[in-house]
Amino acid sequence: MSTEVQNTETQVKEKKKSEPLFSKKNIQVLKDPLNDNNPVTVQVLGICSALAVTTQVKPSFIMALSVVFVAGFANLIISAIRNTVPNRIRIIVQLVVIAALVTLVDQTLKAFVYDVSKQLSVFVGLIITNCLIMGRLEAFAMQKKPWPSFLDGVGSGVGYGLVLLFVGFFRELFGSGSLYGFQVVPQWAYDAGYVNNGLMMLPPAALFLIGIYIWIQRALNKDLVNIS
Amino acid sequence: MKALKNLINSIDPHFQKGGKFEKAWVLYDGFKTFLFVPDHTTHDGVHVRDSIDLKRTMFTVIIAMMPALLFGMWNVGYQHYSAYGEESTLIQNFLFGLEKVLPIIIVSYGAGLAVEFLFAGMKGHSINEGYLVTGMLIPLIMPVTVPLWMVALASIFTVVIGKEVFGGTGMNIMNPALLARAFLFFAFPAYMSGEIWVAMDDSKTLVDGFSGATSLVYFDEGLAAFPEGNQVSDMFFGTIVGSIGETSTLAILLGAAYLVFTGVGSWRIMFSVFAGGYIMGLLMNVLAGSAFPGMEVPAFYHLIMGGFAFGAVFMATDPVSAAQTNMGKWIYGFGIGAFAVILRVFNPAYPEAIMLSILFFNVFAPLIDHLVIQRHIKTRLQRA
Repeated sequence: MSTEVQNTETQVKEKKKSEPLFSKKNIQVLKDPLNDNNPVTVQVLGICSALAVTTQVKPSFIMALSVVFVAGFANLIISAIRNTVPNRIRIIVQLVVIAALVTLVDQTLKAFVYDVSKQLSVFVGLIITNCLIMGRLEAFAMQKKPWPSFLDGVGSGVGYGLVLLFVGFFRELFGSGSLYGFQVVPQWAYDAGYVNNGLMMLPPAALFLIGIYIWIQRALNKDLVNIS
Repeated sequence: MKALKNLINSIDPHFQKGGKFEKAWVLYDGFKTFLFVPDHTTHDGVHVRDSIDLKRTMFTVIIAMMPALLFGMWNVGYQHYSAYGEESTLIQNFLFGLEKVLPIIIVSYGAGLAVEFLFAGMKGHSINEGYLVTGMLIPLIMPVTVPLWMVALASIFTVVIGKEVFGGTGMNIMNPALLARAFLFFAFPAYMSGEIWVAMDDSKTLVDGFSGATSLVYFDEGLAAFPEGNQVSDMFFGTIVGSIGETSTLAILLGAAYLVFTGVGSWRIMFSVFAGGYIMGLLMNVLAGSAFPGMEVPAFYHLIMGGFAFGAVFMATDPVSAAQTNMGKWIYGFGIGAFAVILRVFNPAYPEAIMLSILFFNVFAPLIDHLVIQRHIKTRLQRA
C-alpha cells in the first residue's frame, strides 16, 4: 500500500532564497493532511491500526501521539539524508530509521504508561509497518527539504490522530459509556434500560465510524468529491 | 374513495412548485402515491407503464406476511399464558399478542420512515417505498421482549448504513431488515439470544418445568434434547417459542404461495434454499457421530426449525439483494440453505444461522451473477 501513494506533490519548485519557517506554503504543508489530504480518510493509509486500537479514547490518544512523533522525525531524518541514500536500498534505510524511532517510543511507553502500553500491545511495534509513515516518506520526504518534510510528518500524524480520536470517542462513549476512562453515562440511564452497545467494541464498528467520518467530510468539503 | 381523491386534487396545487407548502412536497407525494396509483405519463414516445409500481409490489409482500404476523401475535399470547399455566381463549391470546407486537411495529415504522423522510427531503427525491416491507419485516424477526428503543436504533441504523449510504432503495447490497437484526444481535447479544422469547409477567409464577429455550438450543445438544411429544408438528404449525413471525412454517408457506402466485417472490430462490438446507442436512446425517450432536438431527428438522423458512421465503427473495440471473438464483439459494445448516451444526455461538447465511450470500450475489453471465457469454461465443 505504501508505494501506491499519489504523487501529486512531486512537482517541486526549487526555491532560490530561504523562506521563513512558517511561510504560507509550509503552513499549507502542515494543514493539508488535516482535511484535504487526510492520510486515513483520503489517502486510505494506516487503516489497520485505526481499527485495532480505537476501542477507547486513551489508547487512541497515545497511539496518535506516537505516530505524530515517529512520522515527524522519520520524515526529518530521511529528508536530511535523502541525497546520500542509494535509490535501490531506500526502503530498507527508511525501515531502519522508523524502527529506531518506534523502539524509542515503545520503551518510553513501557517506562511511563505501562498499562496503556499493554493495551496497545503489538500495535506500537507495528507502527514500523504502518503504511502512513512509509507512504509519507516515499511521497514527501524523499523529495523535499527537511523542514517541510518534518511539518508534513507532523501534519499527517495529527490528521491520523484526529480520525483515531473521533473513532475512539464514539466507540468508548457507546461501547463502555465512558470517556478517557471516566464514566459519563449516568447510572440512572442504565437503570432506565439503557445498555452499552457491544458492537462498538468489535472492529467493524471502527469501519462504520470511519465510513461515516468520510461521508461527513466529503459532504462538507466539495473538493474531495470524485477524487480517487 | 372518491371524496379522498377529490380532497387530494383540491390540495394538490399547494404542494406544487411555487405553492404554499412547496417544502413539504416530498411528504405529500409520498402519501399521495401511497393511496393512489400515480397518474404520471411519459411525455414523448410510446412507453407502456405498468400500474404495478414499486409501492404495489411492496404491498403484495406485506399481504403475504399477514398470515405469519397474525399467527405470531396469537403465538405471543399462547406462549405467555402457557408459560404461567393459564387457560386462555383464542381471542385472549391474540389480544395479548397484539398489545405486545403493535408497539414494535409502530416504532419500527416510525423510526425508519422518519429517517427516510429526512433523507428524501435532503436529497430532494420522492420517498423510497422500500421501507414499507422492511418496516414490517423487522418486527417479525424480533423477540417479543426486545426493548422498543433498540428497535428504533436498529431501524435507523439499517436505513442509514444499510440503504442510504448506497443510494437508497434498490441500491442496497444487503437485506435491510436482516441487517437490523444482525446489528442488534452483535450490539446487544443479551437481548437477542438466550431465554428471552416469551413475554414475562413478574407478578405471576412460572409453571413447573418451563423452558424458554428455542428449538435451536435443543438442536445444539442433539436429537435427545428435544422435548417429548409431537415436537415436529409443533414446529411446523408454530406453537413454539421464537421470534414473533418466524415460528409457524405453515403460515409462512401460505405467504410463500401468495408470493409465487403473484410472481413477486422468486420460486427458484425459495425452492433452492429449502433444497440446499435439506441436502446439506442429509449430508450431515451421513457424517454424524463426531463431536457435534446436531449432526444426527433429521434433515427436515432444519427446514421447520428456527427462522429457516421465514428467511427462505421473505429474506432470501428480496429482489434487490438477491442474484438476478436464473442460474444465479439457483446457486444463490442453494448456497444460503447449505451454509445455514453448516453454521447451525458447527457453530453453536450463532444459533440463528440463516440470518448470517443470507447476509453472507447477499454479498456474493453480484459475483455469482457475474460468473453466470461470463459463462453464458463464453458458451454463446463458442457456438457462434
